[in-house]
This record gives sequence, structure tokens and C-alpha cells, in this order.
Amino acid sequence: MTTELYTGAEMVVKALAALKVKYIFGYPGGSVLDIYDAIFNQDKVEHILVRHEQAATHMADGYTRATGEVGVVLATSGPGATNCVTGIATAYMDSIPMVVLAGQVATSLIGDDAFQETDIVGCSRPIVKHSFSCRKLEDIPNIISKAFYLANSGRPGPVVVELPKDMLIPQNKGEFHIDTEIKLRSYNPSVKGHPKQIKKAVKTIKSAERLVVYTGGGIVLANASEQLTELVERLNAPCTNTLMGLGGISGVHPNFIGMLGMHGSLEANKAMANADVILALGARFDDRVTNNVSKFCPNATIIHVDIDPTSISKTINAHIPIVGLVDTVIEQLMAELSDSDYQQNEQALESWWQQIEEWRNQKSISYKADGDKIKPQQVIESMYEITKGEAYVCSDVGQHQMFAAQYYPFAKPRQWINSGGLGTMGFGLPAAMGVKVAFPDSHVICVTGDGSIQMNIQELSTCLQYNLPVVIVSLNNRSLGMVRQWQDMIYGGRHSSSYMESLPDFIKLAESYGHVGIQINHVSELEEKMTEAFSIRNRLVFVDVLVDETEHVYPMQVRHGAVDDMWIRKGEKA
Amino acid sequence: MRRILAILLENEPGSLSRIVGLFSQRAFNIESLTVAPTDDQSLSRITITTSGDDRVLEQIIKQVNKLIDVIKVTDLTERSHVERELLLVKLLAMNDKSRTEVKRITDIFRGAIIDIGKQVYTVQITGDADKLDAFISAVANETEIVEVVRSGTVGIARGEKALRV
Repeated sequence: MTTELYTGAEMVVKALAALKVKYIFGYPGGSVLDIYDAIFNQDKVEHILVRHEQAATHMADGYTRATGEVGVVLATSGPGATNCVTGIATAYMDSIPMVVLAGQVATSLIGDDAFQETDIVGCSRPIVKHSFSCRKLEDIPNIISKAFYLANSGRPGPVVVELPKDMLIPQNKGEFHIDTEIKLRSYNPSVKGHPKQIKKAVKTIKSAERLVVYTGGGIVLANASEQLTELVERLNAPCTNTLMGLGGISGVHPNFIGMLGMHGSLEANKAMANADVILALGARFDDRVTNNVSKFCPNATIIHVDIDPTSISKTINAHIPIVGLVDTVIEQLMAELSDSDYQQNEQALESWWQQIEEWRNQKSISYKADGDKIKPQQVIESMYEITKGEAYVCSDVGQHQMFAAQYYPFAKPRQWINSGGLGTMGFGLPAAMGVKVAFPDSHVICVTGDGSIQMNIQELSTCLQYNLPVVIVSLNNRSLGMVRQWQDMIYGGRHSSSYMESLPDFIKLAESYGHVGIQINHVSELEEKMTEAFSIRNRLVFVDVLVDETEHVYPMQVRHGAVDDMWIRKGEKA
Repeated sequence: MRRILAILLENEPGSLSRIVGLFSQRAFNIESLTVAPTDDQSLSRITITTSGDDRVLEQIIKQVNKLIDVIKVTDLTERSHVERELLLVKLLAMNDKSRTEVKRITDIFRGAIIDIGKQVYTVQITGDADKLDAFISAVANETEIVEVVRSGTVGIARGEKALRV
């Protein structure tokens, strides 16, 4: 009996197919040409050719955030691999599972400064969950299988697999063997929360008079949104989401009190500051949430549930730490609530909600419309109405990102896709493309600005090649809005390098790539033209909206203050 | 506060760089670091001497544990343990007086003269870091130190407790 032999390149593609990968996002080059040849010879895995490797990583990332499936990137050695670094870091900061297959020069050349050689394992070490370098071609399938397992279990994250050229060439062949069930002696992520801690947590929740449920991206990643909603309803507790956690509970749920943090709602930040118990679920007390840590909620007992022990008591000390999968832990909490004769202090809860309503009534998420200039917030509201709140909204980074987070309530998780941790400008368009690949029939919007869109605008070409009709809504304020806002507020209005001269004609630009461009100049034409833009379903539409460049994002936490020290409007503190 | 961490990890290419990288990336301090394979060649054992308050140490241990290669981490300084470091030092021994003094101090510290040159003695001392420091300052009063090499601390828990897979 003869066993069939495969080249390393064939093994890569065969392994991906075995792991049910449908798409790879990448860009060819010398060291990975054998893999491209192997891709050419099969039809299980489809390759999508981007115009810059960074976009491949964001595209895979967007695909993953929308579907929950691990995104796969393929890049050549040297510059191909280093171009992935920003995208890997973006995924790492937001705990997005991703596998990056990077070419490498042949093992005999490693260390010689060969053509297109970079130590990508070294370059990416601080921004990956783990990395592998392949030294035996028979190891390829299981290295890839391990990479998938690591990327998508525990606290998810990106994994880099380096593939030297001599592992891939047709001259070298070996037997193909893959284990789709992986066990590692050094890696056993927790699942269940410790029963004693669960009991303690429930006891604390029971005694609470002013409870706040504060949730982050962990709820979205763990698909725990149903469990969260049940828990919040059971406790009738106010619930706030981080920027990464939006959609974890419906944005229109009566118990939802808005996003918290730097540009969070008054009611969310006030509730946090006044809470006696904070139940943190899959959130990590990021500095964009806490503001000054030494002033952060000094009177609250903090219950912190997270899959990653390092997130607990890193910035804010947790009184009751619980390590485990957030969906499992919520179920444990619910079970314990049912077992113990749970009695809520109804009176306290009622006055807590009364207090929250008072904060809510101050309508901190609001703006003054202008009869002439378009307010960026209006554009988001219009987007929300036209798409009935059902679109996937992929954002770039800056003011438009905050406006979208504030003015587009997300009914479901995975609808809101943004680079919250790293804050990567240029993320929005490729991420939206990745979502469109997964959901061709849904409205997929890229909310961006004249700054961010230019950081990956070359991908308009990829959109044409693969027919990815996303709607790009660019809030064009002819400046780097968020930078400009800080300069207005903190740097005496000195607009150092924050305005854009010589912007391209975005309409012509979109058209030159074969797409539709629509410009909106005046508030009177906003509804009509936005409706028109969203009615075009089979072509990419670039909507260039000229918005009021003086608009700031409010509310905004006062620098170095407590969580609820906020500017509520220009020149007005809460 | 000074702490000694013992780390058991997969003996794979790159695993040491992940540990070292982690310490520099997160601004943790390394006073000394030693590494070698164990009796089981698939495992390496690293001893790191570090310092920090309880909160920092908790983060260090959690972060090290989070590395995929790492199998076990323990803080040896938390309980009773033995620690040793090896010192090799080359000292000027050009006349009878300095030779006698070096020999005498080496004996007091239960060390050994392991090599002799025309003008130098090479001395080996083992002990905890304090003892090695004390030897260096004692001998420096008597002669000139030419070269010093220290292995960094290794440690092991007292009694039955063992760090094994």
C-alpha cells in the first residue's frame, strides 16, 4: 500500500480545508508562491486578493467579528509579513481570533539577511497570543490546527505561523496527518467559575442597593448576549456597555443606560460612580473607561468576571474575582440566584432607577441641529433610520466612531465592528469588506472620515474585483476631527497638522474605481441622498458628507478626573 | 521586595524570548535569569529574580502563566526554600600577602581556588546572593578584582514539594 505524499504547500491548503476555512485574505510573494499554486489547484478554500497586507488582516478581522469564525491571512515574507503587524496588533487588543500564515525565506538562509527576510515571529511576539515557526513539513497540518485551537479558545487572539520556503517547495513531500482535536499540556483555559466565588458574588449582588452591570467585548466574543439579557432582566439592573461591548444587550433595551467611559452617557458614568456593587462581565477596566484609576468608584464592591486572569486586578482591584467563560459564569450566577432565596431590596431598586432616570432626562447624548451645516450626528441618525437599525456598522477611528457608537443603537451583538483597543485608523473599510464577504445580502456600512478612509482607500479596487458593495459613509470635516477636538479643548485651539488640505475629490475617486459616489453638502438633501445611497444594493456607494467641522464629541470625561467628571456640552460640566 | 520565580516551560525555540520579551514589554524588572533543560529534555526550567510589590508580583505570575509554553510558575520566596548562586572571580595575586589573604578569605567562605595564573587566582564561591556580595567586598579590601562572573540565582523548595509536570 502506498500512502499519498503532499508538498508542504498542499498541506497548508488541505489543513485549512480540514478546518472548514472558506476564505483566506492575502497577497502573494516569492516565499509563498507554492501555497498560491496549491490554492489554484483546488476549490474548497477561496482566496481574496487585497491591495495591501494590512487590509487583509482587517478584512479577516471584520469577517471574524461578524461571524465568530477564525479569520485567516496569508502574506509573503519580509514586507508582506511586516505589513500585517498593525492588523495583528488590532486583533490582539480586541481579542479577535486570527491565524496569520507568513512566508519566510528558506531555513538555510534564515539569519543571513536574505532578500525579503524579516524575523516576523520576533516582530510580532508582543502582539500575538502565540506563534509557531515550522521546521518539519510533516508538522505543518498540526501546527495549523494548534494555531486555530489557540486563536479561538480561552481569551481569543491572533496566532502567527511562519512557513519557510523550503517547507513548501514541490521537491519536498511528506505524509499528511491532522488532529482536529488538540490538547496541550501547558494550556488549559478555565471554563467554569469557582463555585465559592459564585456564591460570594450572588450574596454581594443580593445585598446591593445600587447595582450596575458593566459589560465589554467578552460578552460579544462568548456569544453570551442572551444570558446577559436574562440576567439583567432578572435583576432589573441598569446595564452599561463598553465601546467593544455594544450590542451585548440591545441598545434599545429599557435597562440599557448607554455606553460608559470617555464619551459615554451621563447616566452610565454617573451610575458607575454611584454604584455600591459593580458586576463587570467580560470587560477589562480600560483607561478609556475608568479615567483616573485612583478616583475610580472608590465605594463600589467590584465583582469581575473574565476568562483572562491577567485582566483581573490589573488596573482596578477586584473584590470578587471570577475566572471563567462569561456565558458559563452568567449561567452559574443565574442558577445560584434561583437556588438561594434571592430577595431584592425593591425599595432600593426603585429609588436607584429614579435616580438613573433623572440623569437620563438630562439627555447627554444630544446635539443642536443647524439649519444649514450638517451635523455628523444627524448623518448617523439618518443611517439608523434608513437601515432600521439592522446594518452591520464598521467604523474607522475618530469622532465618527464615537458618533456612531452614540447614535446608532445596536440591537444585536456583532453588528458593531470597530478597533476599540488599538484604535487603528484604516480599519473600517477592509473590516466592512470582510463582513460583506460573510453577509452579502445585509447592509454593511463603513462609517469613516476624510482622515481614516485614506489609510486604506486602495481597497476600493478589491471591492470591485470581488463585488463587495459596502456603503461608505464618510463624515468629511476636512480635518482630523478628534485630534482637532483635543487641540481645541487642551491645546489652546492650535490646530497643529490636524487639517487636511488637498483632499481628493472622493466622488471622482470612487468613480475611477468603478463605484458610485454621492456627495451631500446641505442638510436639506441629507435624507433624500442617504436614502438613494442605501437603495443601490449591487454597487459600492461612497457617500461623502460634508459635515460641520467645528462639532465636538460630547459628553467627554474631564482629563484625570473621576469616571463621572464630564463635559456635557461645550463649556458645560455635569 | 525581592522574589525568586521558578518557571517550568516547554523546551521549544523561542520560549525563552517570550519570557524575556514579556518582562521588558510590561516593564517588569529582571535582576537575574538562569535557564537550562531539566532531566526531562522536553522541559526547561527558568529561575528569575525579580522585585515588586504584591500587586506587581501577582501580575508577573499571571502574565507568565498566560504564555502558552509555560506549564507551571511558582514564587519560591513565598515559602521555605534553598537558593544558590555560583561566583567565579579572578583576583590579582602578585605577592605573598595578597595570595595568603585571598586563600584565607576563600577558606572562610568555603570557596575554592580553581585556577592559578602568573599574577592571578581564580576563585569559585557558591551561596546565596548575600554571601557572594560579602565575599566580593571582603576580598576587594585585600586585592584588586580583575573579573567577576555570577550565574544568577537558582532555587528549589524545601521538603517534599516539587515543581514537576
